[in-house]
Amino acid sequence: MNKPVALEMKKVSKYFGTLAANKDVDLTVYRGEILAILGENGCGKTTLMNMIAGIYYPDHGTIAVDGQEVVIRSPKDAFRHGIGMIHQHFKLVDLFTAAENIVLGVDSEEKFNIRDVNRRVQEIADKYGFRIDPKKKIYEMSVSEKQTVEILKVLYRGADILILDEPSAVLTPQETDKLFDILRRMRADGKSILIITHKLHEVLSISDRVAVLRKGEHVATVETAQTNESQLTEMMVGKKVELNIDRPEPKNVTDRLEIKHLSMTDAEGVKILDDVSFTARSGEILGIAGIAGSGQKELLESIAGLCHPIEGEILYHNPKNDTTENLRDKDPVAIRELGVRLSFVPEDRLGMGLVGNMDLVDNMMLRSYRKGHSMFVDRKKPGDLAKKIVEELEVSTPSTHTPVRRLSGGNVQKVLVGREIAAAPTVLMAAYPVRGLDINSSYTIYGLLTKQKEQGVSVIFVGEDLDVLVELCDRILVICGGRVTGILDGRKTTKEEIGLLMTKAERADAPELTEKEGN
Amino acid sequence: MNMFLDYLLTAIPLGMTFLFGCTGEILTEKSGHLNLGIPGIMCMGGACGCLALHVMYGSALPPFLILILAVLAAFAGGVLMGMIYSFLTVSLKANQNVTGLAMTTFGVGTTKFIMSSLATEAMSYLYALDYFRFPFADSSTSLKYCGVLMYVAILIALAASFVLSRTKVGLHLRAVGENPATADAVGINVTLYKYVATGIGSGIAALGGLYYIMDYSGSYEAYKSIEALGWLAVALVIFTLWRPHISIIGSILFGMLYLAGSHLPTLLGIRLDMSATPLLQMLPYVVTIVVLIVTSVSKKRENQPPAALGLPYFREER
Repeated sequence: MNKPVALEMKKVSKYFGTLAANKDVDLTVYRGEILAILGENGCGKTTLMNMIAGIYYPDHGTIAVDGQEVVIRSPKDAFRHGIGMIHQHFKLVDLFTAAENIVLGVDSEEKFNIRDVNRRVQEIADKYGFRIDPKKKIYEMSVSEKQTVEILKVLYRGADILILDEPSAVLTPQETDKLFDILRRMRADGKSILIITHKLHEVLSISDRVAVLRKGEHVATVETAQTNESQLTEMMVGKKVELNIDRPEPKNVTDRLEIKHLSMTDAEGVKILDDVSFTARSGEILGIAGIAGSGQKELLESIAGLCHPIEGEILYHNPKNDTTENLRDKDPVAIRELGVRLSFVPEDRLGMGLVGNMDLVDNMMLRSYRKGHSMFVDRKKPGDLAKKIVEELEVSTPSTHTPVRRLSGGNVQKVLVGREIAAAPTVLMAAYPVRGLDINSSYTIYGLLTKQKEQGVSVIFVGEDLDVLVELCDRILVICGGRVTGILDGRKTTKEEIGLLMTKAERADAPELTEKEGN
Repeated sequence: MNMFLDYLLTAIPLGMTFLFGCTGEILTEKSGHLNLGIPGIMCMGGACGCLALHVMYGSALPPFLILILAVLAAFAGGVLMGMIYSFLTVSLKANQNVTGLAMTTFGVGTTKFIMSSLATEAMSYLYALDYFRFPFADSSTSLKYCGVLMYVAILIALAASFVLSRTKVGLHLRAVGENPATADAVGINVTLYKYVATGIGSGIAALGGLYYIMDYSGSYEAYKSIEALGWLAVALVIFTLWRPHISIIGSILFGMLYLAGSHLPTLLGIRLDMSATPLLQMLPYVVTIVVLIVTSVSKKRENQPPAALGLPYFREER
């Protein structure tokens, strides 16, 4: 490659506490190329890019722009060196026009005049083929228009190195194609583009080179033309790690929860769940694998009655009286009253599961206060339950009257899982229950889930570590962009197979695994 | 007709009291801070201004200098109150409503203390201002209430409107009030903007207190009714949909509504029982509620309060 080097990172590391988000990463970006940054969730892609964009400051290592070593401490510094990042979550003022958002915070000597800004924005847009009205307000815009504003914001500041964090995550395939055309035009104009993604087909279609990250480390950078999907997947997921999680054979398996053709859209009308069908069975752990934000949260929430799908059925086979009930469009309380017990460990422990400022006992009461018949709340039973959880799960806390927010992440998680299990569920859904936990706490949680499974509970486990999924789950449902791309046997499948299914955007080229084949 | 003109010409000067408070509060709210301390700050402005007049009266200073220094003292008093409020709500991230109410209680009480200790020489120094009633202002015409500060109020409101809508500083300030995280991400100093907007806003509001005592009523006893007017100024912010140039008209309208009890019956030629007057004094509040309902129903985004109003800003950190 004879192109001049635009950006060079050498031995860059970043630690959050003791956890290495990035370790000794070397990366070179040339002028006029599109470099894809590929990796699983939490492999440090975004952290690495944030260091270039000035959001984080690296703990070790150097960054050089055009051969000159630079110090980037803030997004402003990054702009001074011609680097701009387009974040996944747009940072725009809804009430402002596109042009007002674009000019926000720009230092310039000239007198401020919005008409000049409008004209200049239009010029840049025309140059690269964006379609945009600079005078349109953000709140009137579609997601893809908002993204255009974000890109123009960066170009307006004169950036030559553009970083896009999963730009296609919010776009339809057609919009994505359009965006890619624009990116190619920018490349022809000599700009360097870094694009964070985990969609393999996008990597192959747009990038010149691919840098693969795994667990914070740079695995390799390869020419896109000389690689293929399976090689990239292998680099992404790495070799299998033996974890030795106890996995007894499922016993007395019966269908417990049957999801049929479930679809859901978000506020903007984008499909989050698209024709999802599967069955969860008693006495087994069903794992759900997928890139973060593929619809896992919405799937669990619609089963728990917290959000409402537009299509499909959620059938629950009640083990007590052998009846089948449709949970769809019932609110969480109604679901409980029907005798349907779903215990839900939300992704965000403190946000949805527990109230940080309340103590353990009061948090137990959140689940039980409806049971009382007198006008006063019953504190004794929740108090006993809190004590029981503290003892059995070895929660380290000064007392059961300590506000939950003072506990460490692992202990908070144990309290939450403990409370949900105490409700004697027939279906236990757990989303990322080991996120942020150390190894020992994680194993405690795995043990709890396995114990529930042995007691005939149907456990649904959303996880991010493929090694764990492969060792813990009896069956694994792979979800990608709101669609089920496969249901695999946990004992036979491999990380590579799951990884490949996780990154398939098109269902057409995924193996048509149905419920029966999954057995 | 003459009666209506009289009505209008007493309502306009009264309205300017609201205008000071309203313009100040709009600037503060545009930075995302709901300052319910405005009534107290206006009282403090009156007290600080009177204190300065008290100290300077009888000195050899020319009257216009006395006036200017009194105005500056009132402004400084307001800024000081604004800084206390900002420190609590911006830096310490205390609840804005509670802090604001505390500022009002504090301001009203302190004002009572200061003013009662000035009582002896009461009125005389307030007439230093008679030199500055222009144009056509002598006590014989209906324009007798129109002092120089009245014009200042209108100029400040127009300037605030220009700054907010036409300048980059205004754009940045609005961004801070709408979406501080976005403003922060593009390198705007959110904390600085909040402090400056609240400080200047409080200073402007404080002028309203001095204006009311010194210019509008000319009686030191007038400090007792500033608090009530301050609350109306806060209501006026909602009525004007956070636009300083509309607040000029709005303040005059509020002035008219406030005086409706004494002017409207004569104007309409009807006789009203004395007990009905308080009912008429409710009008400004009723109108504000109606405006709130109308804007909430219409849901037009431009007419809503700044999106981040009342929310403390925590920079996201990992």
